[in-house]
Amino acid sequence: MKVKTIFFAGCQDAVGKREMEVDINEGTTVEKLLEELIKDHPALEPMKKSVMLSVNMEYVSPDTILHDGDEFAIIPPVSGGGNV
Amino acid sequence: MFEIKKAPLIVEEVVEKVRSDSCGAIATFIGTVRNASMGKRVVYLEYDAYEEMAVKKMGAVGQEVKEKWDIDKMAITHRIGKLDIGEMSVVIAISSPHRKDALEACQYTIDRIKQIVPIWKKEVWEDGEIWIGKQ
Repeated sequence: MKVKTIFFAGCQDAVGKREMEVDINEGTTVEKLLEELIKDHPALEPMKKSVMLSVNMEYVSPDTILHDGDEFAIIPPVSGGGNV
Repeated sequence: MFEIKKAPLIVEEVVEKVRSDSCGAIATFIGTVRNASMGKRVVYLEYDAYEEMAVKKMGAVGQEVKEKWDIDKMAITHRIGKLDIGEMSVVIAISSPHRKDALEACQYTIDRIKQIVPIWKKEVWEDGEIWIGKQ
């Protein structure tokens, strides 16, 4: 199965790309995919604890199972808005 | 009502979206780029967004607000890309029959944007740069 994976902000800098298509096995969870990505891109490791994960633009828990064609994103801590 | 833009923001455009004859108040919040952070001089900021999800999550914040306060309309426009010192990064406008609801909702909205809307800010200093947030 193929999943589109998107990286933002510091994660994009760590991976060196905005997005990639990854091949995964049936039943793969978002947590497992994150671990695989960290193996390939060790610069992501320090961010592991602080990131949130999303599938098809909804925040999901680590045990969420991915499906073919899903859009998966690693969401670093957000900081939108103004300087309060 | 919820937008991400690359061009400079115009406050009146956001305010006009929420104006209503049944309302006695429009509260606004404007976020601007500050010239210093953590003791360092900021040269400019770079905002990045997961655009489609950011618009969706701004809508979710709007839904939360409508459940908590008696407001009529709400609009948020967030800018991304390179922003110079003093420029506006976000404009929020909320209309309500009475001012208390609009004012409280405005405070809540900017706080929630910083929690759940996927937009990131990179501070570029004279001697380096950093993405804000524990990354």
